[in-house]
Amino acid sequence: MTGQRLGVTVVRGVLLAIVAGWTLFPIYYMVSLAITPWSDLFRPVYFVKNPTLDNFKFVLLQESPFVKFFWRWLANSLLVSGAVMVAVLCVAAMGSFALGRIRFGLGRLVSGMTLFTYIIPASFLSIPFFKIMGDYDLLDTYWALIFAMTTFAAPYALWVLWDYAKTIPAEIDESAAIDGAGPLSIFFRIYLPLITPTLIAVGTYAFFFAWNEYLYAVLLLQGERMITLPVGMGNFLTSDDAPWNLLMALSVIYSIPPVIFYYIFRRYLTHGLVSGAVQGT
Amino acid sequence: MASGLLPAKSGGVFSRGVTAAAAMLSPRSRNLPGLLFSLPLILLFLAFVVYPLYFEVTQALDRYTYEVLFNDPIYVQTIINTIVYVGIAVNVKLFLALLLSGLLESDSRATRFLSAIFLLPWAIPVLPGVLSVRWMMSSQWGILNLISEDLGLGTHHWLASRWTAIGALIIFHIWKYLPFWTVIILAARRGIPRQLYEAAAIDGAGAFQTFRYISFPLLAGIYLICSLLSMVFTLGDFTNVQLMTGGAPGDSTHVLATLAYRYTFRLGKIDWGVGVFATALPVTLLFIFVLIKKIK
Repeated sequence: MTGQRLGVTVVRGVLLAIVAGWTLFPIYYMVSLAITPWSDLFRPVYFVKNPTLDNFKFVLLQESPFVKFFWRWLANSLLVSGAVMVAVLCVAAMGSFALGRIRFGLGRLVSGMTLFTYIIPASFLSIPFFKIMGDYDLLDTYWALIFAMTTFAAPYALWVLWDYAKTIPAEIDESAAIDGAGPLSIFFRIYLPLITPTLIAVGTYAFFFAWNEYLYAVLLLQGERMITLPVGMGNFLTSDDAPWNLLMALSVIYSIPPVIFYYIFRRYLTHGLVSGAVQGT
Repeated sequence: MASGLLPAKSGGVFSRGVTAAAAMLSPRSRNLPGLLFSLPLILLFLAFVVYPLYFEVTQALDRYTYEVLFNDPIYVQTIINTIVYVGIAVNVKLFLALLLSGLLESDSRATRFLSAIFLLPWAIPVLPGVLSVRWMMSSQWGILNLISEDLGLGTHHWLASRWTAIGALIIFHIWKYLPFWTVIILAARRGIPRQLYEAAAIDGAGAFQTFRYISFPLLAGIYLICSLLSMVFTLGDFTNVQLMTGGAPGDSTHVLATLAYRYTFRLGKIDWGVGVFATALPVTLLFIFVLIKKIK
């Protein structure tokens, strides 16, 4: 009996070790390339022999033509992501108030609409979106990217807030209404303060949704100074002798903020649409 | 679960007296404020979802689209690639997620540690992950050939032939998205009442029987939803393919989105680009409507 239990523990341990190795290997490789000096880049090894932080220095001081506009790209990414965050918060806070608190007759239509937007792959709308933005003369402006990202990030944000809105007792609104408060003042004075913690989580989600976006950014932004970080990184590949150690240093810098965010908010991230479906079925 | 309309509440207006009546009128009279608060959402939907879709549907109704695309061997190849990529990547990933969630379910220290590092591929944006795997597979300088050579398997041009390149896409997809779906299925597993397992244990059920008669039937619904959802998402994948292979070698590894990008920007044929999605729209919409029905 104990022998059998020991066997199960060993098998579990081996399986967990394999999963851990599989998960960490590409990350280990990314980091080890990021600290590889130029002279060793074209000699594959398991462990970096002469680790160096020079690549990070090159990126931060913009000392290579490939990262000539690093700080500009970073600023562009921050600008777009920040704007998307604000826009998504406004749209989703209002929408969740309508669905979760006002509970109006056409709510079903609105919630179906957001579900559709959440499910349809964003890329399916990308080429027509590009054409429409061209017609409105918005190509190569941040507006185009902000509109697109807000549209696609809003449904999930709405869902999380709506889930939360449903848990607030209706009596709170009712007693405010007796005191003569209209929907607008209930929204600002009662609803927003109550949902603030969730707003912070949802806002950060929207921020990184835009931060991570590649397809729409590459479609809509062109100028060397206009592009966001991921587009700048993708552009490395157009050259045959791309400095991969620099690219990986840039990758590490680009990945750190979302990784921190995911660890802080992991509890919130599995809420919403899919887990709602989990509970619903 | 997604009911914005709650007749039970409004039916209670009278019984709950003046308070409820003053606060919450009938659903119909709440339509105006409700619509006003949803207005930004509705406008975004009309402008950036409905309008682009309208474009695509008109293209889908045009016979010329099909004539052009079906006569292009690259288009036909792309459809096959997309089916293989979506079919294998999503199904293998979800099956692994089902197994792994079972392994992670017991809350020991080792599994908690693993769950923590398991979040990394999910948290790291697609782009750095793809680039790392791409360099790994580089035939001259990648670490994969170093390993393969040390194991006596020789070196290979991983990304230079169609099927190994598609294999690389599938492997990256599984690496990147397995954690997310494992967490989702794990949450569903934790929702299964403990008493069921206890009762099964008393009845002398083994691990396989417990899975066969308790876990599996109770997870089947969510598993199906996850499969459909993940397939629809993956059908539109762009970043992974564009940055891993860019369609190379010789435009043999495109999927829908990268081919549309190629038509639009390399060849300057925006109609064809829209057409690629237009031809995939009927199947995709069917999937989406099945999903919406299941989720609601």
